[in-house]
Amino acid sequence: MKDDLQALKRPVYASQNSRFAYLRALGAIVWKDLAAELRSRELLSAMLVFALLVILIFNFALELDAKARANVTSGVLWVTFAFAGTLGLNRSMSQEKDRGCLDGLLLAPVDRSAIYFGKALGNLIFMMVVEIIVLPVYSALYNINLFHPGLILVILLGSIGYVAVGTLLASMAVQTRTRDILLPILLFPVVIPVFIAAVKASSGFLQSIPMDEIVPWLNLLIVYDVVFTALAFMVFDYIVEE
Amino acid sequence: MSLSLSLEDLSSPAGQPSTIIEVRKLVKRFGLKTVLRGVDFRVQHGEFVALLGPNGAGKTTFLRILASLSRPALGEVLIAGYRLPVQAASVRRILGVVSHQPLLYGDLTAEENLYFYGRMYGVEGFKGRAAEVLELVGLTLRRRDLVRTFSRGMQQRLAIGRAVLHDPEVLLLDEPHTGLDQDACAMLDRVLGEVATRGRTVVMTSHDLARAADLASRFDVLSRGVIVASAGRAEVPPDQLLSFYRRAINGKGGVA
Repeated sequence: MKDDLQALKRPVYASQNSRFAYLRALGAIVWKDLAAELRSRELLSAMLVFALLVILIFNFALELDAKARANVTSGVLWVTFAFAGTLGLNRSMSQEKDRGCLDGLLLAPVDRSAIYFGKALGNLIFMMVVEIIVLPVYSALYNINLFHPGLILVILLGSIGYVAVGTLLASMAVQTRTRDILLPILLFPVVIPVFIAAVKASSGFLQSIPMDEIVPWLNLLIVYDVVFTALAFMVFDYIVEE
Repeated sequence: MSLSLSLEDLSSPAGQPSTIIEVRKLVKRFGLKTVLRGVDFRVQHGEFVALLGPNGAGKTTFLRILASLSRPALGEVLIAGYRLPVQAASVRRILGVVSHQPLLYGDLTAEENLYFYGRMYGVEGFKGRAAEVLELVGLTLRRRDLVRTFSRGMQQRLAIGRAVLHDPEVLLLDEPHTGLDQDACAMLDRVLGEVATRGRTVVMTSHDLARAADLASRFDVLSRGVIVASAGRAEVPPDQLLSFYRRAINGKGGVA
């Protein structure tokens, strides 16, 4: 320990550029979530095990021929992503709340939407990692080729919408005692448009339906992503403040 | 922008240069329960205020409002001329907060926690600054250990390091000595003493009257949601602080 307490006498400087400060804070939150997850592997392992169990159970529960498999694939995939994603969203915010760290984030001198976008981006990365692992496993188990660029685009758009609204509602639910059950109750009704659009668009690409019939569903996904991201940007500050 | 701000740097049309914290008629309710009932509170630049009071008096709630973590129902809060909650981001830049919880991530190391907060506060050269702060709080040898392996006292030391990392103009401390051993208490007292001699403003809640008497330049007593007594160090010598406190919470008044 220093006797002369030099550390307190040294001036410290912060950047004047608010846009840079915003991006720096956002990046710091993503870095922190990834670094903590690399150590603990609590969140990803829970999501991944759950997702793999769901597709295994569906595989054994539904004895399907080739045509039926193609019909149910998009539904099974999105049910898997939704349930695994809910686990991740709940865990991600409860880690902040349980350790009191949410206050630490809220005390930072940045626009609080940076906290939302940092957490949402971290959640999206975790969800994408799970999806990247689930897709080849599903392909092998169900003997279906899922590596279609259109399907990848749908998964990306659907995941963005799901995480955008999920992070916002998880921030709200984490303040309550019943957060574990409250999040899915709040989340699933609100993301129904995402699921419908994502399942329809995914089925369209897997069954080679004409693009004209798929585009409206893609548009719905894009509109939903934009609307809920903008909504979260506007209301996050009010949700997290007492 | 320098974080070693002078009051002139911080002043705005809404504030007065000599008053860094001004609270008027502050009311806070949780549902039907009114926790703060019209608190008036003023702190001059460089003062060290010990906010005393029994459990449930509203001290933590009051500090959370000053820290912009909680929104008041009624009343005005100005810090360095910035009005809460409208100018909260400007207020947060000059605040350091130590709360009941350490606000640290157990799965990050001590230095990673400080790096994270250094980035969040925009501290230039945050790695060097983190090393200095770790030295200050006596955790240099444990800098690469995960915080979840730390004792409560070590976490509190690191929490103090986190709070002073960006060299804040105002420190808000909610019972900072809780969970610290004698060495750590002495370290914290030295840090706070140094903060005070550098003209920084400190508001500290405490149940430890002896420590408050050693450190503070002013004593305010919060009881049943209002400030019931306020006195400077000259008016209340350390050996009379206990009787001052008891008179205040028993409704017999203090030096106003």
